[in-house]
Amino acid sequence: MADEPVILEMRSITKEFPGVKALDRVSLTVRAGEIHSICGENGAGKSTLVKVLSGVYPYGTYQGEIIFQGHESRFKDIRSSEIAGIVIIHQELALIPELSITENIFLGNEPRSFGIINWGEAKRRAIELLARVGLQDDPDTQVKNLGVGKQQLVEIAKALNKSVKLLILDEPTAALNEAESQHLLDLIRGLKGRGIASIMISHKLNEIEAISDAITIIRDGKSIETIDVTTDGVNEDRIIRGMVGRVLENRFPDRTPHIGEVFFEVRDWTVRHPLAAERLVVKNSSFTVRRGEVVGFAGLMGAGRTELAMSIFGRSYGTYVSGQVFKDGKEIQLRNVSEAIDNGIAYVSEDRKALGLNLLDDIKRSIVSAKLSKISRGDVVNDIEEHKAAEQYRKSLRIKAPTVDEGVNKLSGGNQQKVVLAKWMFTDPDLLILDEPTRGIDVGAKTEIYGIIRDLAAQGKGVIMISSELPELLGVSDRIYTIFEGAITNDIPIDRADPETLMKSMTSAKKKVTQP
Amino acid sequence: MSEPTAAPKKSGGFRDLGKMFGSGSSGRQVGILGALVVIIIFFQVATGGLTLDPTNLINLVNQNAYVLILAIGMVMVIVAGHIDLSVGSIAAFVGIIVATSMASWHFPWPLAIILGLVMGFVIGAWQGWWVAYVGVPAFIVTLAGMLIFRGANQFFGNSQSVTVPDAYTFIGGGFIPDFGPNTAYSNGTLLIGLVVAIVIVVQEWRARRTQTEMGSEKAPLWVSVVKIVLLVAVVVYATLLFAGGRVGTSFPVSGIILGVLVLAYSFVTRRTTFGRHIYAVGGNWHAAELSGVKIKRINFLVMMNMSILASVAGMIGVARAGASGPGDGVGWELDAIAAVFIGGAAVAGGIGTIVGSIVGGLVIAVLNNGLQLLGVGIDRVQIIKGLVLLIAVGIDVYSKKQGRPSLIGMMTRNRRASTEAPIGSQTSQPLERPAVAPTDSAEESSRPKSTTPN
Repeated sequence: MADEPVILEMRSITKEFPGVKALDRVSLTVRAGEIHSICGENGAGKSTLVKVLSGVYPYGTYQGEIIFQGHESRFKDIRSSEIAGIVIIHQELALIPELSITENIFLGNEPRSFGIINWGEAKRRAIELLARVGLQDDPDTQVKNLGVGKQQLVEIAKALNKSVKLLILDEPTAALNEAESQHLLDLIRGLKGRGIASIMISHKLNEIEAISDAITIIRDGKSIETIDVTTDGVNEDRIIRGMVGRVLENRFPDRTPHIGEVFFEVRDWTVRHPLAAERLVVKNSSFTVRRGEVVGFAGLMGAGRTELAMSIFGRSYGTYVSGQVFKDGKEIQLRNVSEAIDNGIAYVSEDRKALGLNLLDDIKRSIVSAKLSKISRGDVVNDIEEHKAAEQYRKSLRIKAPTVDEGVNKLSGGNQQKVVLAKWMFTDPDLLILDEPTRGIDVGAKTEIYGIIRDLAAQGKGVIMISSELPELLGVSDRIYTIFEGAITNDIPIDRADPETLMKSMTSAKKKVTQP
Repeated sequence: MSEPTAAPKKSGGFRDLGKMFGSGSSGRQVGILGALVVIIIFFQVATGGLTLDPTNLINLVNQNAYVLILAIGMVMVIVAGHIDLSVGSIAAFVGIIVATSMASWHFPWPLAIILGLVMGFVIGAWQGWWVAYVGVPAFIVTLAGMLIFRGANQFFGNSQSVTVPDAYTFIGGGFIPDFGPNTAYSNGTLLIGLVVAIVIVVQEWRARRTQTEMGSEKAPLWVSVVKIVLLVAVVVYATLLFAGGRVGTSFPVSGIILGVLVLAYSFVTRRTTFGRHIYAVGGNWHAAELSGVKIKRINFLVMMNMSILASVAGMIGVARAGASGPGDGVGWELDAIAAVFIGGAAVAGGIGTIVGSIVGGLVIAVLNNGLQLLGVGIDRVQIIKGLVLLIAVGIDVYSKKQGRPSLIGMMTRNRRASTEAPIGSQTSQPLERPAVAPTDSAEESSRPKSTTPN
């Protein structure tokens, strides 16, 4: 790779926000047809760097220079960087759900003559582009009817239409399942064959290791090192060491589980899709949780894991059809969220920004928000008690913020997740359902979250952990249920679980009873 | 992970002044309060002292009390993410029923007031039901209400005016009765002024004690002293003005009603679980619902409360005018909404305070009054009011984009050299709907699509 011409050079980029230096003389060199990964913890400055490159932060708001294809570039907005051939695909997809695939691909770039859009031409080109990204859907399909994985592909088709030379992908596989991720990574490799360079930001180190030609590590706003994978080789530990600046001994904390009796049981839980009445999203699912046990739920995206959890948590999803919930041997009714909370159940949602937090609130208000009654007399909130409670969690969970008066929107993803965990720990639950608790947060914070899970189990609480990352499930759980198309397909004790067994049960409906 | 880095705390001078109104108050609120003071001083000079003349002040309070009462309810509605266009029509409808009940059915005035409140309650329940339980957006429900109740007012009163008995006009144009020794001032007003001054001192003392107990960063003592001295000076000055006006005048009863409502509702929105839930629903109703907030109930109560306050405003309006007519309350809703937004509320909900809205309402009130004293015609007054609304919110939006609280806030902000970078915080609002969201399509349809404030 080292002999390929340099397509992009970012020289000594410094970007300051009021009171903080987000980037400090960061340099980045990308060669033509290279897949270049940027690694770093959350808040290290990866996204800021990419925003500088794509013109989100226009020329003049940062110091340093960007040389793209031999010229110094001074992008004044995203559009000017796109004209130059740099296209960014954000973590949060920027498609318009109500429009069709074709309309989205050509949005702002419609083929037209005399101001009139030539839809025939657009559709013909859309089909071509879709074929290139390996998507077989009808180009007239509304984007809202596509899964996240396919939407990602539409985004890339849109980028290809703009004759992209450098594609920037911010956490492209964060919301994808393994098969979709694999397809996407293959596609990126294919683009490389056509001379399109990619910059990829990802927390999934195995993917980075598999796909990158070069890796630049950023820590605390500084570029630490660039690893040339083709000559030097790389492994995950090497990347982690660069990111955190020290060796992470063990990503999963040691624990000796003290598992008690079954205290929570769900029997024959069946739930209908909220809109399509004939579709059962959860089918006859039964499972148990013991005290002090961490129960993993493995399943591909769309398998119904989240739907199962949310429907149990006060029927927050879908239309309830049938099923019973037992706690401590007695049947309990969970008709709404407050009944679930009162029964000692907590649900940490998979999307902390959309479902977990009010981003306008500060830390203390967020932490107490699910059980205000605990710090209120009558209906009046005692703000001294509130402050004390929040402060206690800030310290014990090590939420990185100067005070609990800080707004949660100013926190990094890992710290926001800790606030959400604190919010649910504050409700004194017996059962915590954690839905993708480590999504989109950095390695260091992940380890801390695993520690919190361990402590919760040690206190005798039951923990259900839903995760798309198999290593994480295998590292944290005592027992793992697999879900496929809304039904529980297997119940595997940890000593018999391995990625292959799990994957098999996650992709087929056949029920194999491995438990005695 | 490393230990939280202790942020070097800078203090002293200007920054501490920013803490005068508590760390909870946004820079925006301090800014708008500053604007109010500037406007008052400007008109006081421009009108040669007429603005702060007792008679004018009494007028100012009487003329604006009802709009400010509406603003109290409106800020709660807007914080919850809705809007209410029907308040003017509801005020008019309740007004004519109350007036008729006294004029034709010979209700004693206390009973008429109770009737008015009950009507506000019933109308509010009606509108709240449509918004919260049927899921029709509040804009539509209250647009319908605006037409329905305007029509009902004119149908009921045959588009005629109904005069009310003199005893009743007390709540709209009355004053605190005088008693006790002749001090050349109204003793009742003096007493109220004294109580307010004492409350200010006690409140500040309690706030400091709470801060100590929470171990949070406290402004230096001199800031508190300056704050108390300033506020008490304003109260003493205002008291003497109101108490020392024409014989027989003093602080208006409508002003007392407004003051009591402001205190009560400030407490409700700031300190009660109900208040917290309003902000939670407006900030992110998905998260609120998954935290056990009964969002339908909150929406219902907020809409109902608005109509009750509209009935109060309507009754005060009738009492001030001495009669209820077909054109009562026209445009009140817009004045109230303008007050709320000038006072710092966010269009998408989740942000706004009672006190901010009252200050916003006073800005409009003083502008109105001052311009009229200067002989500026109603045409130009409207143009100026419109521009003030636009510029106030414009500055707010602009400063948010720049990542700064506001012009005043920028100068007074406590800059933290924290390691917690606000990187991309201004763009971190989620625009995408989550893949699996709580299912409540009725609720969703009544919500604005974007969750980005302003």
